[in-house]
Amino acid sequence: MTKLAMPKIDRKLISIKSDIIADLKKIVKIENVLDHEDETRPFETDALSAYKQKPLAVVFAENTKEVSKILAYCNQARIKIVPRGAGTGLSGGALPLEDSILLCLGKFNKIIDIDYKNRCVVAQPGVTNLSITQAVEDKGFYYAPDPSSQIACSIGGNVAENSGGIHSLKYGTTTNNLLGVEVVFMDGTISRLGGKTYDSEGYDLLGLIAGSEGLLCVITEITVKILKKPQAVKAALIGFPTIEYGGKCVSAIIASGIIPAGMEMMDKALIHATDNFVKAGYPRDAESMLIVELDGTETEVDELIERVHKIAKKNKSSSIKISKNEKQRLKFWAGRKAAFPACGDMAPDYYCMDGTIPRGKLAEVLNEIGRLSKKYNLPVANAFHAGDGNLHPLIMYDANEKNSLEKTEKFGADILKYCVKVGGVLTGEHGVGVEKRELMCEMFNNNDIQQQIKIKKALDVNSLLNPGKVYPILRKCAEEGRIHVHRGKTKFSDIPRF
Amino acid sequence: MSIEEKQNFPTYQDSDSKEYPQNEREVSSIIKKFYKSNVPIELIGSGSKKKIGKPLQCSKTLSLSNLNGIIEYLPEELYIKVKACTLIKQIEEELKKNKQQLAFEPIDFGYLLNGKSDYGTAAGQIACNISGPRRFKVGSIRDHVLGFRGVNGKGEIIKSGGVVVKNVTGYDLSKLICGSYGTLVALTEITFKVLPAPATSETLIIYNQKIESAFDFLDKAISSSNDISGAIFLPKEPEVPGCVMNIEKTFKLNDLKQEGSLTAIRIEGSKNSIDQRIKNLIDELKIINFNISILETHQSEIFWNKVKCLEFFSSSKNNILRIVIPPSECVKLVYQLSNKYKYYLDWGGALMWMEAFELSEEMFESIRKKVVKLGGYVTMIKNSDYLPYVEDVFTISRDRFNISQNIKKSFDPKRILNPDKMYAGI
Repeated sequence: MTKLAMPKIDRKLISIKSDIIADLKKIVKIENVLDHEDETRPFETDALSAYKQKPLAVVFAENTKEVSKILAYCNQARIKIVPRGAGTGLSGGALPLEDSILLCLGKFNKIIDIDYKNRCVVAQPGVTNLSITQAVEDKGFYYAPDPSSQIACSIGGNVAENSGGIHSLKYGTTTNNLLGVEVVFMDGTISRLGGKTYDSEGYDLLGLIAGSEGLLCVITEITVKILKKPQAVKAALIGFPTIEYGGKCVSAIIASGIIPAGMEMMDKALIHATDNFVKAGYPRDAESMLIVELDGTETEVDELIERVHKIAKKNKSSSIKISKNEKQRLKFWAGRKAAFPACGDMAPDYYCMDGTIPRGKLAEVLNEIGRLSKKYNLPVANAFHAGDGNLHPLIMYDANEKNSLEKTEKFGADILKYCVKVGGVLTGEHGVGVEKRELMCEMFNNNDIQQQIKIKKALDVNSLLNPGKVYPILRKCAEEGRIHVHRGKTKFSDIPRF
Repeated sequence: MSIEEKQNFPTYQDSDSKEYPQNEREVSSIIKKFYKSNVPIELIGSGSKKKIGKPLQCSKTLSLSNLNGIIEYLPEELYIKVKACTLIKQIEEELKKNKQQLAFEPIDFGYLLNGKSDYGTAAGQIACNISGPRRFKVGSIRDHVLGFRGVNGKGEIIKSGGVVVKNVTGYDLSKLICGSYGTLVALTEITFKVLPAPATSETLIIYNQKIESAFDFLDKAISSSNDISGAIFLPKEPEVPGCVMNIEKTFKLNDLKQEGSLTAIRIEGSKNSIDQRIKNLIDELKIINFNISILETHQSEIFWNKVKCLEFFSSSKNNILRIVIPPSECVKLVYQLSNKYKYYLDWGGALMWMEAFELSEEMFESIRKKVVKLGGYVTMIKNSDYLPYVEDVFTISRDRFNISQNIKKSFDPKRILNPDKMYAGI
């Protein structure tokens, strides 16, 4: 495990742990406070499992009032809070701190209202993403954002991370499908933002909170838009002799005025890995492969498929299959959806990156990843939400080898830096968390980051909500020469500096 | 008026009070100067929407109108990066060359507020975040801003976002500045997401008199899988004294065959797809007993352009209100307002534009109360000679006001950017 700088531990809090536990047990049911090492261990990490830390205590709140009381108490006692949904986040956003309370929203697991007249669902934050769709699919509706972890990830976590999925280009990410939230601020204030209307007036606090990674407030209720399922959905599976042709085809499809519901790309390494894993019938001789999904009315989908077919041929496709029925369409997707476990089959460990780039830079970035792969001597397989430019290189390594995680992280950081260099961003849907915290200065300068920190301070005066996440703790800006660092030591090293 | 009288007049500005920075650096140094000397400033672009919001009493004006021009447009990457005060018209013309568009349908407030067409600037559209009829399908302006650069109230140049649609790097400040009426940053650069323009558009018109049936049609149409992109109800005009009756005058179209109330549903896409969807809608809405007509592309475009640009109210001398509510509540609201006002419903019932003759501030507040109770909000878009000023142009709750005040301070600690434009104290 690599070392991770976190805000300075408040030893005094640890020394009065038993008093804090006693106080918390006055706010929530006794069985909802877990503080024994054996009880807190399952909560020591999220899906970025390279980092682990047990919190002071794990607390399960059961209603908004309890959340409000916990936050007010912690604010007053200056205790840090780390909110946690389902713990499926990939950037360490729910990683506890030693002197923090891990506030779990798992008991907020009910769908409160299904409102077809206003085409929305009101749910508690612990409800899983997929169960929202399941709750409305009998009437032919669905909730559009579909992160790959949708079976397990919670809608509260989706809002905190502004999760995407494979249909983001056409249907947007969480923020574009969110109508309202009930939140609790660190001082205990309960607030409703948005509701069942479009675009609430005044500052768009809803837009600010979506993707704020648990740094601004704790979400206790969520209202999301639901959509009617399209009449027809078809997918095309297209193989290409080179990555360049695949990349060009992606740009050509978009340039022709088609917005596919989903457009995924895989490189040869992943085509083989996934095809071995689920026998999806992928073109094994291809250097790159596209899955293009189109939805709409029957006539529209047939027209679009025909156009995509022509564009693919023009871009030297080596094979094209069109799904003849729903079963075949799902088979096309089965391989792509098994990308992670398939990589797990190829190497003891893998590390998933998440940069977004302008689509046209795909070939350039994949070539650079190939070069870096040789440099670091670590194999990599690439999955790419080609429609929206979101790239997921999966770096394979063996954690048992000495320093292999450090090497992998460096490789990952180099990929993300290159994404920024070509006009892209550090993270498309996984969030910054602790993982990409120190890379923030690649994209933002001092003013940009200070402005964001001022917003954080405006809503959480004592910086107690999820500290140590998103913003670099120290390192980067020292590199920029703003602070003189002597042998890695500065005064007040817990204060963020840029 | 003597010079002295002029200077004492609340909106007086001497000729030197306007600054015209040429670039972002100059914007920054001007704001830095005013930050130091505690001078509040009014930010303006082309001034097309200047009348929306509370009147400002700033001694200085910062016109960003010289920051204009397209910086980068990559059609295949679906974005356009522009200087903040690039005219919307220029952007749309450029996009048209590649059969693309700003899908949120910028509204032309010029007819309503200044008597002639004026879409204003990119920054102006963002400042107000008021989107056109396609909103319920594609999102509003805030959903189409990928990133920005601007100058905060301390004169610091800041940026957020980027040029890609999927981006969760840091807080999404692009959303926060949309609808902030220039109270947080002076925008200098904006990147919009752009989308392919639909090949054609047609409109299904149903001649129905009652709002109940209209809501039923709108609801069923939006809740269907026919992917409609416009859903309005234009009621037969109520007998309201002082409101100009001009539905027929506004919509002079060959295929609008019947006078009176109508429901209009827009379908966009390829011709074959539109034909199929109109057929589906006629079946699914069960409109066999109603007279209908179909507006073909040309007429359909004219129709929605007039809706979008509020031409319905263009000759009005009265107060114009914009009410947003959960769609399911629109019928109730219309009844609660007892047909006293001229109105029409957009966004399938989620948006009501209303003209009020001889509206008093008490009546306005009483409307607000009803709207808030139904889960919505109301904005005074245009004042009249009868009611030239209202204390609360926008709706806000106490807790949201407190949060907003803190947010404002984090961008503009001395409250020098458009102070009180939205709310007193922000």
